[in-house]
Amino acid sequence: MSHRITIAGAGAVSSAGWGVESLWRAVEAGAPLPSEALPHPSGDPGLARSVRRVPRPDPRPAFLAHPRLRRASAISHFAAAAALEAVGPEHLATIRNGTLRTGIVCSLLNGSVNYSARFHAEVLKDPATASPMLFPETVFNAPASHVAALLGITAPITTVLGDTAQFFPAVEIAIQWLLDDVVDTCLVIGVEEADWLTAEALALLAPGAVLSEGAGALYLEKNGPGPLVAAVHGPCPVLSGRTAAAVRLFGDIIPSAEMLLITDRSGDSATDAPTAAAVGAWPGPQSHPRLVLGESLGAAAALQSVLAVKSLTSGSHSSVLAAATGGNMQAAALELHFPGH
Amino acid sequence: MAYRSGDSPPSVPHRVVVTGTGILTAHGCGWRVNADAAREGRVSLKPVTLFDVTQQRVGTAGQVDLPENLPPHRLPARILSRMDRGSHLLLHAAHEAISTAGWTEETLPVPLCLGTSAGAMSLGEAFHRRTLALPGNRGGQTTRALFYQTHTQSVLAARAFGITGPVTLLSNACASGANAIGHAFQLLRRGQAERALAGGYDALCRLVFAGFDSLKALSTTRPRPFDSGRDGLALGEGAGLMALETLEHATARGARILGEITGYGASTDLHHLTQPDPEGGAAFDSMTQACRMAGIGAGEIDYLNSHGTGTPLNDSAEGRAIQRWAGGKVGTIAVSSTKGGMGHLLGGAGAVEAVISLMALYENFLPPNVSVESADAVCTFPLVLKPESRQLNAVLTNSFGFGGSNATLVFRKNPAL
Repeated sequence: MSHRITIAGAGAVSSAGWGVESLWRAVEAGAPLPSEALPHPSGDPGLARSVRRVPRPDPRPAFLAHPRLRRASAISHFAAAAALEAVGPEHLATIRNGTLRTGIVCSLLNGSVNYSARFHAEVLKDPATASPMLFPETVFNAPASHVAALLGITAPITTVLGDTAQFFPAVEIAIQWLLDDVVDTCLVIGVEEADWLTAEALALLAPGAVLSEGAGALYLEKNGPGPLVAAVHGPCPVLSGRTAAAVRLFGDIIPSAEMLLITDRSGDSATDAPTAAAVGAWPGPQSHPRLVLGESLGAAAALQSVLAVKSLTSGSHSSVLAAATGGNMQAAALELHFPGH
Repeated sequence: MAYRSGDSPPSVPHRVVVTGTGILTAHGCGWRVNADAAREGRVSLKPVTLFDVTQQRVGTAGQVDLPENLPPHRLPARILSRMDRGSHLLLHAAHEAISTAGWTEETLPVPLCLGTSAGAMSLGEAFHRRTLALPGNRGGQTTRALFYQTHTQSVLAARAFGITGPVTLLSNACASGANAIGHAFQLLRRGQAERALAGGYDALCRLVFAGFDSLKALSTTRPRPFDSGRDGLALGEGAGLMALETLEHATARGARILGEITGYGASTDLHHLTQPDPEGGAAFDSMTQACRMAGIGAGEIDYLNSHGTGTPLNDSAEGRAIQRWAGGKVGTIAVSSTKGGMGHLLGGAGAVEAVISLMALYENFLPPNVSVESADAVCTFPLVLKPESRQLNAVLTNSFGFGGSNATLVFRKNPAL
């Protein structure tokens, strides 16, 4: 039996704040958000890196008092907040009472870098006294596990690693779980947290971009009234260069003057060139949220996707393509349509 | 793997068989040495020499003696010199899986599905050490930043063997390798590909070693899963890969079939980030799901390769799950853990143990559970304590990880036999 896969909800945490509305307003305004200097562990001010952090939530959300989240790293807090917003209170009740089998596909690049660096620093100092509280939080699947515990999810969950385009193949995994009837609904989360080491790495690999952090989440269901997942394009593996992968990706996409293109432009000319070359003369409008929010790695394509949903549900557009060419793995895209488009 | 609205899975799923395997563990490199070690119950744990363990409670692990030379590959020397140990493990196992499957094409348009827990953590450690020791000195840091990214290992493995299909990298702690095989199995079942290369790997590194030691999870004596006096696990390293094909594809090309994957189950244990539900509820669920998909009852499983880490909590929870899942058949299902001989390979464990389970199925033997002096009372199932030859028709392997990720795979004998 054929099913339509639709978006039942979206959630976001970004350098613009906690929630989809703050994300939407910041990207609509179009001005790059302010950044802060993240100090080097040595304290040398000349080695500080510019980062667009997620602002502290005010007031502190009640869910952060959950036993699993009290000591968890920021990455798990972001994932949980985005997931809760995407699911919404009504769906949350049906997940928690076992009516729905809900899966989680969590996509990231770097993971829990703050706790990893802290734990490693302790190991370097004296491994015999390194904290057993920190180590479990360093595993890549800790955020997905915490979200599952918070929501009461016992269906399959998985964490998938990849470059900055990985969120789109993660959506496809969720779709296949839905079509295979492994789950009734599925959360797809893209999440990342910033630290000095990541900022330094990004400065080496993409010096024109500003590191950011956050999470985006889509809540997928079958045959719902929300935006339709018209297609997941790719992934086109980076085999003979990023531009070739991007060109292959866009070769399969039929552009239109009505379709909004949400790109992965981050401000680093070398990183941005492949998608720009492949897009060519796009006939419709374009949006470049990473220029506003910063480069949030595993969260970035998820935030593009959340903005795509918001563009449809706000009535701004009837079809949207969110696309990215990752650093060294793949080019991929998510195409959403308003129902009836 | 592009998806378009309206796509739907086939009404009758494709059958999926294994036509090649690759394995590298502390026992050695390749099918023969690992099958012999599993059959004999060999213990290959040794002192760790890769990093300083003098301040740890434990100094041994299933450290691999890397073969002197890499197998034939297509990576340039400048790439090789920058790759970490985990990538080397992966290349050895991938080459064996591809070559034993008889995949000889220059270009392999197949998906690559891998699982890992630590990835290239040793390069992350080096990046961090360097920035602390020499602030502002960028020598070699760009390379470390690029090669530390876990997906880079997978991308390079694909390039090494001309794999042009999509790459998927799963990281669900110690269930990663089993999840990767399960993911590839699902791709083939629903007809998204005719072939796939899948498995898992992990290399020893200081951060993870110290992490398990900090949790007091490492055995200070010797790992002995399911022994009443067990006191923890030994870490290991290695890689296990499987070449998977639809039965139609394998049959059409006359491939040797090592066995059929018939079931995959996955579930989530919410009890604790690192500790299993004492009653093994999620483990029961994943075994039940896998057997339901395979269309067989517990009584038809001849051998169960347990997750069996040797920690007090894991083995008792898994034992209870096995009791509940097997019901009245619990006395008929031979069970063992193979971690006592080679260590716990974390993200590679599920895949390596899937290969070992397939070896047992193909060569008709029960791998013994080493070092047991007095079996735990939870072992109401026959724990395999000595090498034994036995005709096997169906085997099941469990993998459970931090974060509550549980996975189970079921294999059956080559359908043509």
